[in-house]
Order: sequence, then structure tokens, then C-alpha cells
Amino acid sequence: MTKQEALFNYCLRLADTSLILAQRNAEWCGHGPFLEEDLALTNLSLDLIGQANSIYQYAAQVEGKARNEDDLAYHRSEREFLNTLIAEQSNGDYAKTILRQFFCDTFDFYFYAELVKSKDETLSAIAEKSIKEITYHLRHTSSWVERLGDGTEESHTRMQDALNEIWRFTGEMFEMNEVDTILIKEGIAVDLNSIKSKWESKSKEILDRATIKIPANAFMQRGSREAKHTEHLGFILAEMQSLPRALPDAKW
Amino acid sequence: MDANFEAKLARNENIEPKDWMPDIYRKHLIRQVSQHAHSEIIGMLPEGNWITRAPSLRAKMVLIAKVQDEGGHGLYLYTAAESLNISREELLEQLHTGKAKYSSIFNYPTLTWADIGAIGWLVDGAAIMNQVMLQRTSYGPYARAMVRICKEESFHQRQGYEITCKLAAGTKEQKEMAQDALNRFWWPTLMMFGPPDAASSNSENAIKWKIKRESNDQLRQRFVNQTVPQAELIGLTIPDKNLEWNEAKKGYDFSDPDWKEFNNVIHGNGPCNRERLGARVKAHENGRWVREAAIAYAEKRKQKAAAYQ
Ligand SMILES: [Fe+2]
Ligand SMILES: [Fe+2]
Repeated sequence: MTKQEALFNYCLRLADTSLILAQRNAEWCGHGPFLEEDLALTNLSLDLIGQANSIYQYAAQVEGKARNEDDLAYHRSEREFLNTLIAEQSNGDYAKTILRQFFCDTFDFYFYAELVKSKDETLSAIAEKSIKEITYHLRHTSSWVERLGDGTEESHTRMQDALNEIWRFTGEMFEMNEVDTILIKEGIAVDLNSIKSKWESKSKEILDRATIKIPANAFMQRGSREAKHTEHLGFILAEMQSLPRALPDAKW
Repeated sequence: MDANFEAKLARNENIEPKDWMPDIYRKHLIRQVSQHAHSEIIGMLPEGNWITRAPSLRAKMVLIAKVQDEGGHGLYLYTAAESLNISREELLEQLHTGKAKYSSIFNYPTLTWADIGAIGWLVDGAAIMNQVMLQRTSYGPYARAMVRICKEESFHQRQGYEITCKLAAGTKEQKEMAQDALNRFWWPTLMMFGPPDAASSNSENAIKWKIKRESNDQLRQRFVNQTVPQAELIGLTIPDKNLEWNEAKKGYDFSDPDWKEFNNVIHGNGPCNRERLGARVKAHENGRWVREAAIAYAEKRKQKAAAYQ
């Protein structure tokens, strides 16, 4: 694998994750538990698509094959998407959506703080811009995890159920492969080992405050680094890509 | 007191929440402002329907931002309504039980991507006609909310027209999609201005109290005059055989929309009435435990804080 191929793959991993997560959150638009929260989640979704858009643009440039950001988002299949498994999980109830977003925000918070130091100027600049948004997202989702976990009996049960359900998808966020090895050597990529313990202690801190417990001996699912997904992704893409695929000659 | 109210209106001064106002004025405003707020919130649904399928990343971002703006308009307007001494919970209750109305346009389905263009272009365009006038409405909080809202609505109108332009200049399928959307949304948009002046029961008082400053028919005429050239410019046809320029009145003659259909939609029989209201009720019900949890959590914090003192 060349450095260029690794960088392209790395960009897709980041952009796909942001886009798929945004797509999931956007499903709530107009259906949130109350208006202010509806708007907060919609806003979060918008920020994530913005991030994805910038990174896809860079990926297209790195690839150098005259594809643009929309080609990358709309004309790749489920066996080419590299988003994390947690991003594609179904929304479930509000507890599950918030917890999923919290885990991703916590990851992004530490990840992008490191990526700012990347020797790749474009990635560093994108990280710099994203970190402000992510800081706000994390504040929002962590306060809701706490509120719902330590709210009523019902909300507590729902939050614990959500944790039992999605904890198993958190492990692979830190998985590294040849792509990381190549790019870490170049000073471009973030060593995910270096942020794992920060992610763990932040997660524990908030889950403790939310009075919910991490399931013991949970088996961690994996696969997204090889574009092996859960069954959800195919449906997300079928919906998202339907129009550009139906009318491939059209410009939008 | 009553004289004071009349005098303020006569001087074109705003009525503020603390001012005395006749009960019937207050009631009229609650009805109108909350109906407007509900329309913004229900209006999120037909457009939200296309967020996950928007055909480019840029289109997706523009649409999300638009729908988010509409939700923001709902917030300002609920706040303005609340200043008339009614709670958000009551207002929502009125919506959910069908007591309060919302704009009938949102009871039509968004079937294709071109509908997103048509809604921005036509529906936001029609809304602006009303809202520009409402910036000078006599109730202060409503007027101020409208100033903020109007800026964003004209942005939406341009974005919607831009989508439609792109489609009209696109492939055969895209052009057909744009024309079809215009065909379906034209008449419901004309209905947005309300029944003809002769048949409108609320119009007269609203104009007397300077809540409204132009009649339904005047606004409708202005909208047609503005929109026809925009359609012609991009090669789309307004679906009205009787549409014709009338030099004497410096405006277009056009057909009456089907007011029977209008009444049907208003009385719950539009294509999506059940879906729209159903979605709102469901969201509210599904969100109950979240709202309760937030209250319970805040209560616990308060007690803990008190225990430390
Ligand atoms: Fe609006
Ligand atoms: Fe609008």
C-alpha cells in the first residue's frame, strides 16, 4: 500500500463515519422529544455532514481520479464504506441515540485534538475547525447521558439497556491496520492507542455519573476496517444514494 | 383604557404584553400566532422527509439548515404566543387534539426531490407575502419575531428557486420532475392566502386591529404577479389555462383554486393530515419520558444543592 492509498483510505474512514452518523441523527428531524432538542440534534447532524464534506473533498483530491465529494458519498457500495459500526446502528429510543453520539463525540474529541498536530496540513486544518463543534457536541451529549441515566426509573432503565446494546461496538473504534502504520510513520495519522485510555476514563466518568454500568466481559464486534458491516448499512445507503443512482447523468 | 388601546393603534404604535388589550384581540392573536408556530413545526415534516435522500452533500446541508430554521421560527413564535399568557404545553395540546389549525399546505406530500424546490420557491415565497406585512403587525412580540423570520424566509425562497432552476435546466427526467412539482404545488400554494375576501370571516377584524394590513386577495394577486415571470424564465408552465396578463389592472388574471378541496384539507381530509398530526403526537408521546427525566434530574440536583447548604 502506498502512502497515497493509505491517506485516501484514512480520509474515507473519517468522512464515512461522520456522514453515516449524520444520516442517522437526521432521521430524528421533526420527531425529537421536544423542539429545542430536535433542533440540537439537527444541528449536530449538520456539523457532521460539513465535516464529512470537507474530508471527502480532500479524499477526492488525494485520490486524483477526477471523482468529487458527491461521487465518494453517493457512488460507493456497502463493501467500500469504512464508517465505524457504531455509527450505523439504528436510532432506537432517545437514550440509544444520545449514548451512541456520546461515545462518538468522546472519540472525536480526543481524536481531532491529536489530528490538529498532523503533518498533513489539510487534515490539521479540518481538525482545527471541527474541534470547536465537537467540544460543544460532547458537552451536550454527556449532559444528556447523565440526565437520562440519573433521571427517572424509566429513563435509567432505558439508558442501561442502550449501554448493554451498543457497548459492543465501541472497541473497534480504536482498531488500527496497515493504513495507520504507514501514516503514523509519516506523522499524519493519530496513534489510536494514545487516545484509548482518555476515551475510557471520560466514558467511565460520565457513565458513573449517569449511574449506569458497563456490561461485564462484553464481546467486541469488529469489521468496519475491512468494510464488513452490520446489516444496517445497506439500507442507509440504499436510501441515501437512491436519487443519484437512479439518474446518474443528472447534476443536482 | 380601551381608548388608550385604540389610540395606540391609530398612532401605529405596538401593543406590548403588559399593555391592556381587549380579550377578543388577545384571543385572535393567540389563534393566529400559535397557528403560525404550529405551521412552522408541521412544515418541518414534508421537507424533513427528503433530508436522508437529498441528492448531493451540499443539497443535504442546505435542506437541513432550512428545516432547522423553520424549527427556530416555531420557537420564536411559541415564545411570542406565550407572552399572551398561554403555555407551550397548552398550545401543543390544542394542536394535538385538532383544536388549533396549521397551514393546510403541509398536508400535501413531498413525492419527489423537485417538491423540495417547489416548497422553497412557492410555499416560502407565499409565506413571505404574508410575513412581510406582519413585520408591521400591531402586536410587538409578533412583529419582532417576524422581522427575524422574514430574513430567513427570503433566503429559503431563493434556495428553493435555485433547486427548481437546476432541475429545469437538467436532464429530461429532472425537467419533468420540476414541472410536475409546480403542477401539484401551484394550487395549494394559492390557497395558502386563505379564502376569498368575500368569504373570510376573520379578515375584517384582523385588518381593523392592524394585525393584518392587506387582504387575502390582494396578497394572492401579488404572489401570482411575482411568480409567473419566475416560472417563465426557466421554461416552466403555470398549470392554469386562464392565466393572462391584464394590462388594465397591471396584474395577471388567473383561475380560482378549488375551494372545495381547500375545505376538505382544512377539515382533515388532505392527503397527509393524519400522517402529519400523527407524527407530531407520536413524537410528543415518545418524548414524554425524556422530558420527565430532565425534570426529575433537575429536581435531584436542586435537592442535593440544598442539602449542602
Ligand atoms: Fe419558517
Ligand atoms: Fe421557510
